[in-house]
Amino acid sequence: MDAQGLYKTLRALQEPKGYYFNKDMDMTISLLESLLKNRTRYGYMACPCRLANGELAKDKDIICPCVYREPDVREYGACFCGLYVSEAWNNEAIEHECVPERRPVEKILG
Amino acid sequence: MPPKVMLYALSTCIHCKNTKKYLDEHNVDYDYVYVDQLAGDERKELIAKVKEYNPKCSFPTLVIGEKCIVGFKKDEINQALGIE
Repeated sequence: MDAQGLYKTLRALQEPKGYYFNKDMDMTISLLESLLKNRTRYGYMACPCRLANGELAKDKDIICPCVYREPDVREYGACFCGLYVSEAWNNEAIEHECVPERRPVEKILG
Repeated sequence: MPPKVMLYALSTCIHCKNTKKYLDEHNVDYDYVYVDQLAGDERKELIAKVKEYNPKCSFPTLVIGEKCIVGFKKDEINQALGIE
């Protein structure tokens, strides 16, 4: 599956839940390509914008969609990566802020 | 003498990619490292280094002279580098 295929599949699943892909398709496709790259090198879709530990059990919180997506989209209208956003964010109804990292640093090993 | 510019990044991170693009567009001289492509002691050392500047160890971490910018923030980069 390539990024376009992943886009179609995930969009059908995520939009009904209120999570929209970033309308900036350069960002969205690049991030989906990175997810596929991480699946290839780690075996799971680790978040492209976080340093994965490389072990499934130790990266559960950042397997996309990460556990931080819900609070980030609720608070900022976008997830940390900017892959998933709210409708308001895509409609420019809210400001586009840089989303700070919510993941506890202790989860990064090494 | 322009300040030393060091970008700690991940090869898969879009904000890191956009930061690099922005620095390139403004002909900024900088070094960068993709921490996700390191292993063993080198990776441990880099993680410790990033934490010195950015305790959250998130990316991009952009160090311009003594100033550390966490995330892709154009206005802060402009200010630190005197870009109009």
